[in-house]
Amino acid sequence: MPAPTESALPSVPAATPLGVSLRAARLVYGGLTLFDGLDLDLQAGRFTCLLGPSGIGKSSLLRLLAGLTPPGVSGELRGGDARPLAGRVAYMAQQDLLLPWLNVLNNVTLGSRLRGERADRPRALRLLARVGLAETALARPETLSGGMRQRAALARTLMEDRPVVLMDEPFSGLDALTRLRLQALAAELLDGRTVLLVTHDPLEALRLGEHILIMNGRPATLSGLPDLPGAPPRDPGDPAVQAAYRAILQRLEAA
Amino acid sequence: MKSLGRGLVTLASFLLVWHAVAKLGNLPAYILPEPWAVALSLWHHSGALFHHAGVTALEIVLGMALGALLGCASALALSYSRRARRWVLPLLIASQAIPVFAIAPLLVLWLGYGLGSKIAMATLIIYFPVTANFYDGLRHTQRGWLDLARVMLPAPRRWAVLRHIAIPAALPALASGLRVAAAIAPIGAVIGEWVGASAGLGYLMLHANSRMQVDLMFAALLVLAALAVGLYFLVDAGLRRLLPWHPAAPDSFESD
Repeated sequence: MPAPTESALPSVPAATPLGVSLRAARLVYGGLTLFDGLDLDLQAGRFTCLLGPSGIGKSSLLRLLAGLTPPGVSGELRGGDARPLAGRVAYMAQQDLLLPWLNVLNNVTLGSRLRGERADRPRALRLLARVGLAETALARPETLSGGMRQRAALARTLMEDRPVVLMDEPFSGLDALTRLRLQALAAELLDGRTVLLVTHDPLEALRLGEHILIMNGRPATLSGLPDLPGAPPRDPGDPAVQAAYRAILQRLEAA
Repeated sequence: MKSLGRGLVTLASFLLVWHAVAKLGNLPAYILPEPWAVALSLWHHSGALFHHAGVTALEIVLGMALGALLGCASALALSYSRRARRWVLPLLIASQAIPVFAIAPLLVLWLGYGLGSKIAMATLIIYFPVTANFYDGLRHTQRGWLDLARVMLPAPRRWAVLRHIAIPAALPALASGLRVAAAIAPIGAVIGEWVGASAGLGYLMLHANSRMQVDLMFAALLVLAALAVGLYFLVDAGLRRLLPWHPAAPDSFESD
C-alpha cells in the first residue's frame, strides 16, 4: 500500500483550533485513587502525546475528555472558549471499531447517519483517497489488513471534522513498519487540530508529539517534557530523539 | 458436492440396516415395514401425502413468521424499555416453564380444529428461542461501538444507536434463534395436529396408525422429516446470504 502523494490529492481542511482544559480530575477505582486533583491543558492546534505505563489511568483520562465518563471519575471539562466540549471531539481507539456489516465508505460516514444527516460521500471518498484506501471504499472491513482497517478508522475520525481528536493507542496493534507509516500519515492529516494521543510507547510519543506529557505515580501526576526540535513525524533514529528516549526511561523508572 | 456424497452414503447405509433388521428380525409388517413397502406406500398415497404435507407446511411457515415477528418485537421492547423488561421478562420465562404440549388441548379448544391452533402451537414453541437469542444479541453490543456512537452524537439518541449499531450487531444472534426455530417449528405443528385436526401429516399419521397402515405412517414420517430438513436448510441458506459478514455462522457439514 503506497502512501498517498501530497500533491496529487486535496488536503484535509482543519476546523478552527480549540484548546481544552480539564480541572480537578479525580478517578477512584475499586477503592484505589488513580488520580486526584489532576489538571490538564491541551494547547489549541497542537499534537500532544500522553505517555505512561499501563494501568496508570491514562485511558480513563482520555475517556473523561471524550465525554465517556467512566464510573468513579469526575472533573471539570471545558473547551478553550469556556464552552462544553461535547460534540466537538472525535475519538479513535486501539480497535478500529469498523462495523462489519458496512463497507468502508459507509463506515467512514457513520457519524452523519447516526445524526440523521445526509452523508457527504464525495468528501468521504476524498478522505479515503487521502489515507490510501480509494480502491477499497466498497470493500467490507473483514477483507482488509489491520493497517488498512486502522487507515479507514483514521478516515472516519477525520470525516467527523472535529477540532479536538482523542486517540487511545490507535497504532499499538500494528506491526512495526505499518505503525511507522500510519504515524506519519496521522501526523500529516491531523496537523492543525488539537490532538491528544495516549500511548505507552515512548518512541511513538517522541515521533508524534509536539508536546509530551508523562503520567506516572500513584495517585498519578502529569509532567511536561521539554519540547523536541523539529516537526513530527520525527525519525526514531535522530540523536535528539534517542537522548530524549533515555531521559524518559529514567524518569519512568524513577517513579 | 462432497457433503452430498457423504449424505448419500449415510442414507444408503441407513436403508440397508433398516432392511436387514426388518428381514433378519423377522418382524411383521405392522411393526416395522421394509423400506420398499414404505417406498411403495409413498408412491400409492402420493396425492394424499402431498395434500397433507401442504397443510403442515402452511402451518409451519405461518407459525414461523408469526413467532419470529412476535419474538423480534418482544426482544426490541425488552432492550429498549426498562418497564418492558419488568413486565415481559417474567412472562417470557413463564412461557418456558409451562410445556407447550400441555396446553395443546386448550389451544384446540379455543382456536378449533383448523389451522389456527396449529399455527398458535408453532408460534408459541419458537417464540422463546427467537426472543431470547435476539435479546441476548441486543444486550451484548460491543462497547467500543457504543462509545464511538456516543462521541459522534451531540446528545444521546437511543433509537439511532439501536437502528444503526445494536440491531445489525444482534442479527447473527437472531439468526441462531431462527435456525433453532426452523428446527422445532415442525414439532409444534405436528403436536397440534395430533391433539385434534382434520388435515396435516400429524393427522395422517394418527389416522394411518389406527388402521394399522404402518407403511403409510412411515411414509408420512419420511415426508415430515424431508419437510423439516428442507425448511432448516432453506432458512440457513437464506440467513447466510443475508449476513455474509458473520464469520461464526456454523458450517453445517464442513466443520472438520
